[in-house]
Amino acid sequence: MDFPLFHLDYAGNRMLIAFIAVVHVIVNHPMAVGAMPLVTLMEWWGWRRGDVRWDELARRILFACFIITTTVGALTGVGIWLSASLANPYAIGSLIRVFFWGWFTEWIIFCLEVGFILFYFLTWKTWSGKRKLMHIRIGLALSIFSWLTMAIIVAILGFMMDTGAWLENPSLIDGVLNPIYLPQLAFRTPFAMALAGLFALFLIFFFTKNNRKLRHRAVRFVSLWTLAWTPIYLLGAWWYWKSIPPNMIDNIPVALATQAFESWHTLVAWFIVFAVTVIVLVALWGVLTPKHLPRVALIVPMILCVILVGYFERVREFIRKPYVIEKYMYANGILVQDYPLLARDGVLQHASYTPVREITEENKIEAGRAMFVIACTRCHTVEGLNGVVDKLSSRFGNEPWPHEAVKNFLAKMHNSLTFMPPVPGTEKELDALTAYMLMLQTKPEHLRGAQDIGVDVPVDAAQDSTKPKEEQNVWQAMIAELQSP
Amino acid sequence: MIANVPVPKDIPLSFPVDAVLLQGLLVVLFLAHILFVNFMVGGSILTLFAEIAGRKNKDLDRLAERIAATITVNKSLAVVLGVGPLLCINVLYTIHFYSANALTGNLWISIVPLVIVAFLLSYLHKYTWHRMENAKGWHIAIGSAATLLFLFVPLIFLTNINLMLFPGQWPEVKGFWSALFLPNVWPRYAHFIIACVAVTALFLLVYMTRKAYPVETTFENLDRAALRKGFYWVAFGATLVQFILGPLVFFTLPARGLTVAMVIVFCLGIALAIAAMITMGIELKSNRDRVGRLILPVIALIMTTGFCMGYGRHLYREGALAEHRFQIQSTSEDFARASAMLSKTAKLNLPEVPLGQQVFDNYCSACHDLESTISAPNLYEIAKLYAGNPQGIVKWTKSPEKKRTDLYPQGMPPQVLPEDQLIAVAEYMIETGNKAP
Repeated sequence: MDFPLFHLDYAGNRMLIAFIAVVHVIVNHPMAVGAMPLVTLMEWWGWRRGDVRWDELARRILFACFIITTTVGALTGVGIWLSASLANPYAIGSLIRVFFWGWFTEWIIFCLEVGFILFYFLTWKTWSGKRKLMHIRIGLALSIFSWLTMAIIVAILGFMMDTGAWLENPSLIDGVLNPIYLPQLAFRTPFAMALAGLFALFLIFFFTKNNRKLRHRAVRFVSLWTLAWTPIYLLGAWWYWKSIPPNMIDNIPVALATQAFESWHTLVAWFIVFAVTVIVLVALWGVLTPKHLPRVALIVPMILCVILVGYFERVREFIRKPYVIEKYMYANGILVQDYPLLARDGVLQHASYTPVREITEENKIEAGRAMFVIACTRCHTVEGLNGVVDKLSSRFGNEPWPHEAVKNFLAKMHNSLTFMPPVPGTEKELDALTAYMLMLQTKPEHLRGAQDIGVDVPVDAAQDSTKPKEEQNVWQAMIAELQSP
Repeated sequence: MIANVPVPKDIPLSFPVDAVLLQGLLVVLFLAHILFVNFMVGGSILTLFAEIAGRKNKDLDRLAERIAATITVNKSLAVVLGVGPLLCINVLYTIHFYSANALTGNLWISIVPLVIVAFLLSYLHKYTWHRMENAKGWHIAIGSAATLLFLFVPLIFLTNINLMLFPGQWPEVKGFWSALFLPNVWPRYAHFIIACVAVTALFLLVYMTRKAYPVETTFENLDRAALRKGFYWVAFGATLVQFILGPLVFFTLPARGLTVAMVIVFCLGIALAIAAMITMGIELKSNRDRVGRLILPVIALIMTTGFCMGYGRHLYREGALAEHRFQIQSTSEDFARASAMLSKTAKLNLPEVPLGQQVFDNYCSACHDLESTISAPNLYEIAKLYAGNPQGIVKWTKSPEKKRTDLYPQGMPPQVLPEDQLIAVAEYMIETGNKAP
């Protein structure tokens, strides 16, 4: 209503966030959180045994992690934020105001982490001899800060997901005390460590082409690392799995969400079983016969993990619908509190960007489109992902949809389809929205967002009705001032 | 007053911190960020020039290589230090910033892939310096590609920051490329790029001619004094150009945001820049063995100039947005008041219809109709199916199965309702369905 709305009509705005976020998690879990302690341990091991080649191998693994995390990792982190502010400026704008200090703390830790990784990487070769031990300590500090950035961000996100509490008691401590936070962290941490082991195995194959002996020793070392974490993340996973239902189901008042949740919960179980089996098998293989570990064994489980992580996050996101901020703001960015006013006056009356305010027979479609943009496009597209044409076709068939039935459905759907927010606005606006959707059935259009076609400001917002005056710049203003008597 | 200015409503949540403190944070953190952006952009421009010139001069190639080594460090700091000011700007200018972002959305989000590619290219450029010695043309091409990206990304940010100041232009803007040609963007961009070169030259002067830096083993002919003079020439020349670009930026500013305080701060900045020029002039004229003794004053003067320009910019931003902000505030407050009043009274207007019908209207009628069978079975059919068996409907409603998916692919979502409402609606459905003709 109050922001020009960015819209991607095929992929959908959410896909944009999801894509960036999943890439971020996949890069940073193994290569930042998990790899830093592994590399530090390898460095220490090499130093104790005075093994220069081993030291160089550890440095190369760090190099790969350094390159990827300081490019793809860092930028996708910022990218989640940039894409969220395009997809739902209302939500991210509100959350930043509430959690400002949380993000700010996260940022300070993040700065320190970047400082440490630069320092650790750049001094590897120069801090040798007596200073080597100091260098290993830097690695230790880096490991702690890499983990801290994850620990804090999970607290902030967990708190944002937590139902309702934030408006009553907006303190970050509640986020940390959120009942699923600690179990989640207890699973994520050792799991990231194990993933780092898988990733390092993959790199070792590249970096030890000419030294079979070193390769076998390194494969065995890293496989042992992965195996060592296995009982810990199994324990964490068990705790996480046990603590989800009682704490979350209580907060889900809706059967449909419960159903989604239960299938999600089963998925979590399968995810854990699958991941553990794969990791243990690969790691055992690496420990027992490092000579025979095939390269495919390293890349396939990684890809499968990626897919599962993506699906896992998506379903978790689904549970909080129809709200984007529980009981405060719906997924369309409109506040729960504003619904009665919008029902009385109309959405288009209060919208900052709309081509029409008053709906007539002639501008009905145009008004309907404006309603669609405001009320639906944060989640739906016309014909792409989560497209309304598909949704309505599966409900009303392929014959011309009956106007009254569609309208009635739109008016009431939020009661039975509890993940949907109610359509805001007046009855007339609902009618226009219905007319627009019926038009989409016969003439599906590619709906373009503000990033392509700009925005319409209704005529009444103009403070005077004359054409916009050219704005004077400083030079012109000075000349005008000099010329005036 | 300018016509057609949109007056949106602000997010109805108060600031997490006092606005003045937040503004102070923004100015300081932004300058820290922009300093490293300067090193990154300026570094990649200087690397490119030195590498091209270095095809005929080995020392310049070495110099280029050494500058390239600094870029990849500075760029990491530039990114991480950008997050803090971005947080502040998100809070302070929520409406203005997000609106500009959305209006230029395609390019705004492509910052992410563009910067990733730029960074990867600059790593490639840095780490293939010796391996590609025999393919220098290609190596320079990689460096050029990275530099072009480094030159382009600031333009996206600048276009956003500029667009956000002029809400009157929002209705006119159709995507990034049209916002790019709003007044003041290009002079400001040129001013920024030249500043990058000047600031980086001074950074390199300090970094590469310090005692611990192995100048003697790195270069064949270049020594500390020659490097210092060279970097001073670059900084001096670039700063000189700023005396043309600076006024151009100032005079093309829309006059609306102009305030006396801002002009004073800018003038102070100019005076400091002149002082920096004079000091650099003295250094350039001094003997080889004495050059560099005034570097600290030069840096202090240039940094304070930068601070004045950044702070002046902030004052301009506040001035340009003052009136619009006031309008936003009053619209937002009116809306919030009306909304709060209505949402209190709205809860009392419950319709006076039987419970069963109420539940049916709210929960079932979105799909079920008396006669129509398009989206779900109609009431006639249901009444026949469950004649004398309302409990059957209750059971189905709690956990529906997927039957007849050919007709109704959506299936029915399970409903959680109190038992009395479920029985009431089941009885209502059977009763109404039985009235079939």
